[in-house]
Amino acid sequence: MNKNWPLWEVFIRSKAGLNHKHVGSLHAADADMAIQNARDVYTRRNEGVSIWVVESKHITASDPEDADQMYEPAKDKVYRHPTFYNLPDELKHM
Amino acid sequence: MQDQNKFNYIIQQADNCLILGQRLAELCGHGPVLEQDIATTNISLDLIGQARLLYQYAAEIQEEGKTEDDLAYLRDAWDFKNVLLVEQPNGDFGKTIFRQFLYDTFSCYFYEELMKSSDERLASIAAKSHKETLYHIKWSGDWVIRLGDGTEESHHRMQEAVNELWSYKDEIVWANAVDAEAEKSGYGVSLEIIKQKRKEKIKAVITESTLTIPEGDYAHKGGKEGTHSEHLGYILADLQFLQRAYPGNQW
Repeated sequence: MNKNWPLWEVFIRSKAGLNHKHVGSLHAADADMAIQNARDVYTRRNEGVSIWVVESKHITASDPEDADQMYEPAKDKVYRHPTFYNLPDELKHM
Repeated sequence: MQDQNKFNYIIQQADNCLILGQRLAELCGHGPVLEQDIATTNISLDLIGQARLLYQYAAEIQEEGKTEDDLAYLRDAWDFKNVLLVEQPNGDFGKTIFRQFLYDTFSCYFYEELMKSSDERLASIAAKSHKETLYHIKWSGDWVIRLGDGTEESHHRMQEAVNELWSYKDEIVWANAVDAEAEKSGYGVSLEIIKQKRKEKIKAVITESTLTIPEGDYAHKGGKEGTHSEHLGYILADLQFLQRAYPGNQW
């Protein structure tokens, strides 16, 4: 029997309007305890206003070995950035 | 001294906070798992923070030019008015948890009532502290249920903790002369109201945790009058050593 509690990934929203960001992981017996532990471990210095937790086993990660085929092809496609438009002078905040 | 009874009243609760905070601080680095180590340390810091607010106010009322530090570090065991519950040793995690639960079921309702105090300073300290205790009672209550309704071993240990601490349960809601005078003057709370709410909360959690309420209602008393168990001397030796050995020393 595995005596360790399962691993959870913790996501914190630092303030209203921002997205939740991954901050780390912890052990907990279930979701309720994971939220409480996250509160105690990751928000004690006023880091957040909202917490998400997800059991680590539910996260599917890309394979680092596939990095070439996954990310290389995007590198020389600068035209995918919207940097080739002439903007009217009146537009200030782009 | 502006008001001797108000001073005594504040000291009672400040001492509860400081001594329990010190007990939990002993667990720093020794918690059963990292996450709970931090949880108990956080609660310890909340309690010491509450103690500071109360000692600061008490020192002002005292008008002897003393500070919160004098009250925490330079009084002797018989000057401390904390209940016997909070000076009980940590024991195993079950005992730490149940001691905490018995205290949280007091402090949560105590501050809830104290928010209505005629003394504005006490009311604002209570409002700040109450938010902290809402989390504490959830934390300790959840653990009583988890361990009570857990494995055979955790259930057994939790029941042992309940049996061992049961006679220390009620001193904290027993009104002494200081409490009675404080309530009459309007700045103190009604311990009767707290006692009732607390009793129901304790019963609900114990029932859900499948534990058994011990028979008998013998209650240890003495702490609120300054008569302590031998444990307090050891706690103060740890807590006060530095200021006693090197008076006035600072970080």
